[in-house]
Amino acid sequence: MFLSDEEKRMLDGEMGQGVRKAMELLVALGKTFDAERLIPITRAHVALSGQEGDTYWCGLLADGGARCKVPPTTNPAWDVTNLSKRFEVTDSELDLALRTIEVYRKIGAQLTFCCTPGLSTNVPAFGEHVAFSESSATPYVNAVLGARSNRESSVSALAAAVLGKTPLYGLHLDANRKGQFLVQVEATLEDPYDWGLLGWFVGRFSGSRVPVFNFRTLARRPSPEALLYLGAELNTSGAVPMYHIAGLTPEALTLKEAFGKTPPDAELVVTEEDIRNQEEAISEQGGPINLVMLGCPHYSYGQIREIERLMKGRRVREGVAFWVLTSFEALELAARSGEKERLAALGVDLVADTCIDEPCWKSFEGGLGVTDSPKCAYYRERRGQPFVIRSLQKCIEAAILGEVR
Amino acid sequence: MVEETKSYRCRCIVKGSGSGEALVSREPMCFYLCDPLTGTVIEKNHPLQGKSLAGKVLVLRSGKGSSVVQVDGFYQLWAKGNLPAAIIVAEAEPVLVSSAVVVDAVMVDRLESDPFEVIEDGDWVEVDAVAETVRVTKRSSS
Repeated sequence: MFLSDEEKRMLDGEMGQGVRKAMELLVALGKTFDAERLIPITRAHVALSGQEGDTYWCGLLADGGARCKVPPTTNPAWDVTNLSKRFEVTDSELDLALRTIEVYRKIGAQLTFCCTPGLSTNVPAFGEHVAFSESSATPYVNAVLGARSNRESSVSALAAAVLGKTPLYGLHLDANRKGQFLVQVEATLEDPYDWGLLGWFVGRFSGSRVPVFNFRTLARRPSPEALLYLGAELNTSGAVPMYHIAGLTPEALTLKEAFGKTPPDAELVVTEEDIRNQEEAISEQGGPINLVMLGCPHYSYGQIREIERLMKGRRVREGVAFWVLTSFEALELAARSGEKERLAALGVDLVADTCIDEPCWKSFEGGLGVTDSPKCAYYRERRGQPFVIRSLQKCIEAAILGEVR
Repeated sequence: MVEETKSYRCRCIVKGSGSGEALVSREPMCFYLCDPLTGTVIEKNHPLQGKSLAGKVLVLRSGKGSSVVQVDGFYQLWAKGNLPAAIIVAEAEPVLVSSAVVVDAVMVDRLESDPFEVIEDGDWVEVDAVAETVRVTKRSSS
């Protein structure tokens, strides 16, 4: 890989050990993919996790003098200020969360603690070269916004943010953005939940290839949240940082554009039944619940309003906690506009800066939860909480009954 | 007992050097599914299940699993001193490479011969990622 004189000096440690480590990582990645050189990026998003390994890496760079040339937005760990009052965590769990905040502040990140940067806090324009980690964010900025990001890890996105550069390979190149197989969708998709199920179904089949969705009929344009859910699940059950929807996403105005030459025959046809079977295949059976967990990826302000509409003034059943994870912006807006207080009176709590996969939620483990996010269920299961997966409407009915029927 | 040593060219991914007994995995690995205290692979049905990779030269198909868990897996092994001495990877992928860089786990790829053909469990392997060479001494043949 070609390196400029300045880049070579960075690799030799002349700009400090933090910059050297970041450059080592980008060079190792560039070599792996035969990148010809590094290119500048204009934005980055780091999927910080509050896990030791990730926090160690950020600390290593920051303590080695590195600061972000392109200040990245960041994923959440958990809201230590508010949730440490509500839930028990160990001293070491609290300490790790606090250290995570400290090192990311030190390195000069934007502490947005929100996993949906493409919706509001860090929105690239068409054609921008960026480094976005976070499994839901990468496909969103590629497919929906037409920006260019590889499937970054939190550590490679942070290295890119420090240097303001990334190796030129993969989805930064035109040829690799083209569709690789056709998915003919016969199913009718209503809300973001259905789009998420479609994503999970197709992701299992995709591996790391670029799917092109072709809809027989699209009753209405999917919301940004629906497209976010599609990508989140595609990139959880599979490794899919890019997709196209013919006639809808910006690099696929036609099927032909999506593929670059003659579109192939459909490899996969998705029916209504496939979508319903997918729910059944990954969901727990019903039963009494102790938790409703929404907001993986983070709920938007519009989705918070939708919760209030569906609650119709009814209260959450005693013994059931109802948590909605959201961005700081949506939370602030819901506080100003009144939804936060009204929902709290019904037993629905909103919290920002928080991920589902964190130790603050462990008091619910052992019980059954309900969520509208397959990704949430997948990660929570690792921590010992099985989830029923249902649409938002059904999650809300379960909250009121105290069980999923 | 005749000892036979052969030398192969390779490509450096993470520099450094390390020697040890070979441990071969034709399957991809998620390092999060290792016990950091012993380096033992705990993933169910993995060919290396129950074997420790601590101090070994790991010959590996590729990585798998999300970036968060792979990075943390490498970190936990490193923190307990139970990383492999070096890793020879057949199909490098970005998460595996990034994770190795974070903890300076010596890693090479593009061995000039198929590593699964020329290296078997128990061979003594010396990896010099700086010189981009791998020396393989076959264990005493039966």
